[in-house]
Amino acid sequence: MRHKEQEMEALREEALEMWKLVISQLEKAKLCFLENKVELAFEVLIKEKRVDAFELKMDSNCENYIALYNPVAIDLRLVLSLIKISNTLERIGDFAAGIARHVIDDNCNDIDKKIIENLKIEKMLKILITMLTESFVAFETENTRLSGKILARDEEVDEIYNESTDILSEYIHLDPQFANCALKLYLLIRKLERIGDHCCNIVEEIVFYIDAKVLKHKKPKEIE
Amino acid sequence: MIETKDINFYYRDFHALKNISMKMHPNSVTAFIGPSGCGKSTFLRLFNRMNDLIDGTKLSGKCLIQGENIYKKSVSVDELRKNVGMVFQKPNPFPKSIFENVAYGLRVNGRNDKKFIDQRVEESLINAALWDEVKDKLKKSAYELSGGQQQRLCIARALAVSPSILLMDEPASALDPISTSKIEELIYQLKKDYTIVIVTHNMQQAARVSDHTGFFMMGELVEFSKTKKMFLNPEKEETQNYITGRFG
Repeated sequence: MRHKEQEMEALREEALEMWKLVISQLEKAKLCFLENKVELAFEVLIKEKRVDAFELKMDSNCENYIALYNPVAIDLRLVLSLIKISNTLERIGDFAAGIARHVIDDNCNDIDKKIIENLKIEKMLKILITMLTESFVAFETENTRLSGKILARDEEVDEIYNESTDILSEYIHLDPQFANCALKLYLLIRKLERIGDHCCNIVEEIVFYIDAKVLKHKKPKEIE
Repeated sequence: MIETKDINFYYRDFHALKNISMKMHPNSVTAFIGPSGCGKSTFLRLFNRMNDLIDGTKLSGKCLIQGENIYKKSVSVDELRKNVGMVFQKPNPFPKSIFENVAYGLRVNGRNDKKFIDQRVEESLINAALWDEVKDKLKKSAYELSGGQQQRLCIARALAVSPSILLMDEPASALDPISTSKIEELIYQLKKDYTIVIVTHNMQQAARVSDHTGFFMMGELVEFSKTKKMFLNPEKEETQNYITGRFG
């Protein structure tokens, strides 16, 4: 493998490492939220600094690659995509840390498990972890066939998010004392919905890198 | 490894190099860039005293290789050139066989041991990434090789006498992109064992192959820094203007 290709491979490897870390952050955030594990939540916060450091390193390495190797065609698309993907992964990492903070700071951890079940937060988290993992596989194997499937999963996430407002309003109506926790839960669900959007952004970047197609601002029907 | 202190160089009245002080790192690639006539090739040729061959030149300052001033009277130019090999812009193989081109420097230096020469020729051709392409036609004329192969043969010829420094004056400017890419990859591989100084008009080439870059303009060294820094965030405005194509 030539020197330039080695450098490119190193960039890809670094992105995949960052990806794995963010997937693990999201898995831990899910566990600490569902099982109220405060220690694990602290671990997520500590590891968040590593995610931030990855983003800075990816930015710097991509800048260097462009400045030194003047990539063109698929190489250029890869570097441009990696800059955006690492930025998006960092945002997802922030949201995972936000969930962990919710577990640490919140005084709503003892709320009825039935509410969490009704809000389908566990399902939402599962879908998000699948989306992020599938995007990892799509990038690693340079296979965009998964992209449609990943984008479709976001619709499920949006659906759960949209239902959550009605469910929470109902609980507030039944018990106005619950309003404070309901708002906090709503903000948490909003974060999860944003993670879904970010996963879609990553998929768009993968498609741009591999197929040179721009999916941004297109409706699902147009993408098909 | 290579250090210059207050180098001034004149072609008769023309002040070609002005107060140039620089330290080049061992086992690394240093590139010199700059517009035509800026003095980069003149500076490169100081390191193996090629400028001595030009009438009417004058030099002041010190040029040290491994701590020794190579312009001291006691320095043997032949010995110096054994340690400091050079590759030129146009491939210039001798009108001899491929084998004899590489063996030439060894024979001139008095090595006649066939086994040693065979081994050294093979090693040099391997190091120049040419062995696989020529191992079955070593007795054929060097002129039968393509331009890119001839240039790698010249690199093998330079490596055969075991120099520690390799000077390259636009080594790929006469080659097509594939041959250029092979030479660049070779430069990258060779730096493990050699200190390489390269002059190039091609800024992207300097960026791709070098660890440190010096930017020359009108005989002055405007900026000398790590290549990454030079191409991402140069310190001097003149450098920025040159590498972004705004110069002139």
